[in-house]
Amino acid sequence: MSYVDVAPALSPRARRRRILRRRFLRRPLAVVGLVVALVFVLGAILAPVVAPYSASATDFSSVLGPPSSNHLLGTDELGRDVFSRIVWGSRASIEAGVLSVLLAMVVAVPIGLAAGYFRGWIDTVIARLTDVLLAFPFLILAVGLAAILGPSLSNATLALGIGAVPALIRIARGEALALREEDYVRAAVANGAGELRIIARHVLPNMLSTLIVQGTVLIPTAIIGEAVLSYLGLGVQPPTPSWGVMLSDAQSYLTQAPRLAVYPGLAIFLCSLSFNLLGDGLRDILDPRTTR
Amino acid sequence: MSLLQVDELSVRFETDDGNVHAVDRLSFALEEREVLGVVGESGCGKSVTFMSLLRLLPETAVVSGRATFGGVDLLAAPTPRLRRIRGKEIAFVFQEPMTSLNPAFTVGNQIGEVLRRHLGLGRREARGRARELLDLVRIPAPARRLDEYPHQLSGGMRQRVMIAMALACDPKVLIADEPTTALDVTIQAGILDLMRDIRERLGTAIVLITHNLGVVADIADRVIVMYAGRKAEEAPVHELFARPQHPYTIGLLGAVPRPGASRRLQEIPGRVPSLAELPSACAFAPRCPRADELTRTNVPELREVAPGHLVACFHPGPS
Repeated sequence: MSYVDVAPALSPRARRRRILRRRFLRRPLAVVGLVVALVFVLGAILAPVVAPYSASATDFSSVLGPPSSNHLLGTDELGRDVFSRIVWGSRASIEAGVLSVLLAMVVAVPIGLAAGYFRGWIDTVIARLTDVLLAFPFLILAVGLAAILGPSLSNATLALGIGAVPALIRIARGEALALREEDYVRAAVANGAGELRIIARHVLPNMLSTLIVQGTVLIPTAIIGEAVLSYLGLGVQPPTPSWGVMLSDAQSYLTQAPRLAVYPGLAIFLCSLSFNLLGDGLRDILDPRTTR
Repeated sequence: MSLLQVDELSVRFETDDGNVHAVDRLSFALEEREVLGVVGESGCGKSVTFMSLLRLLPETAVVSGRATFGGVDLLAAPTPRLRRIRGKEIAFVFQEPMTSLNPAFTVGNQIGEVLRRHLGLGRREARGRARELLDLVRIPAPARRLDEYPHQLSGGMRQRVMIAMALACDPKVLIADEPTTALDVTIQAGILDLMRDIRERLGTAIVLITHNLGVVADIADRVIVMYAGRKAEEAPVHELFARPQHPYTIGLLGAVPRPGASRRLQEIPGRVPSLAELPSACAFAPRCPRADELTRTNVPELREVAPGHLVACFHPGPS
């Protein structure tokens, strides 16, 4: 029998990737989110190139200066370039945002997976514990942990990561609970697959898209969390720049130079919004239930 | 000796609402190269019986009895031993082809996995063998299909892939649980044709679980009719269709549409009971035209009415 080929010769993997890309590009908000998020990430990585001044270089001849050709967003109370500080400050935000979510994933996914897949008393213990932890609002939990761990960027990241663990455990557990009942899991058992193989091949790969979406959506929460911790003095310590630290410093000059508070606030807003839009877009293209 | 010998198999589900007796002291044998049809309405315990043999039932199921396969009691064997039998010596094909394949991997990858695990083949060999298997189940352009994902295949194609996967390790027994129920009639015929071909070519013994007597007549050598977890009748296929003894079998035959016949299809009134307790009467009595005092107070045991023809009824015989 001859097989009539209608589609251009492409491997299915490549075809699937192309379909996903096309679906993504059809969502303008998601594309904007991706672009803005990339700008922030690149800005953080390339801070030494992008920022015109060092974050701590003071210019006492221009204190609380307005935006000018020398200082794009003006200067702060010590004559430091605000634009440069925002660029350097994005490093703390991106680092805390991305690393804390990765950390939370590494801890939460195996725990939630084991609970949902194996059920039994392990599940009961883990589910109740996450319920207890989820009773604390995320930020309260993170603030408490950061206070215990001591103020520094890595401790703030750790605190935010731990704070995000219970929610992620619950998501991984819920996915595992649903996936273990799938027909293909039953078929794999009937084909002689062991528990580990079923988890590695049939459960984990099928929850990846959900985890990717959840991870992306958690990043803005962690970015805001880092700003809050730094604002409260529990995160990045001055003079190292961070959007939270800048907000905190700007407080005393709110009447003289409100823009000192507006710029870092705007940065936090744009950065977290972009990751949120990106996450929503990913959910739309990866979750078949919302596909139009 | 039979390929598979099942003795006194009972399955009970312990639920919060009490126990349900799904299978009650069922004994049967499966010979080499044989196609055994297992027929009954939904809920009569036919799927549960064969799921229990490979211990695929949830933990709420309490299974007793013996199931001897190659000198091993499947019901008592340690799990690692059983895993080497599952899919390698006894393979299952399930009813739902649409959802029985993992959406995350290509067809070739999934067939290859079984080969790599059970036969220790390398990636390249597994791929070559997977291609042969797709060819065996008559999938056109098999080399190309290997790299496709399940969602790119139709239901009939997917069921062929499931059968290919089941046949991957040349099993001695293929258990097909309603393999055609979810498919179009034209596709059904193709799948049945394929199964007949597999028996001829590979000598695989096949258990065909179905509620469709027409399917059984087409392909089976021997038939077991189940009702409420028990064997109602067992006979070679020609004997069963020529001289059905149990009123339930007769009822099922009356419900098979025949081309050309102008008479109305007969239905069996009522439905299969789910048994919370072991019965003290014939389970079919409430629906049976022949029921009398005896059937309502005693459980009929199996009797041999002709060589190889067993029936559990106090009033057997043609209608």
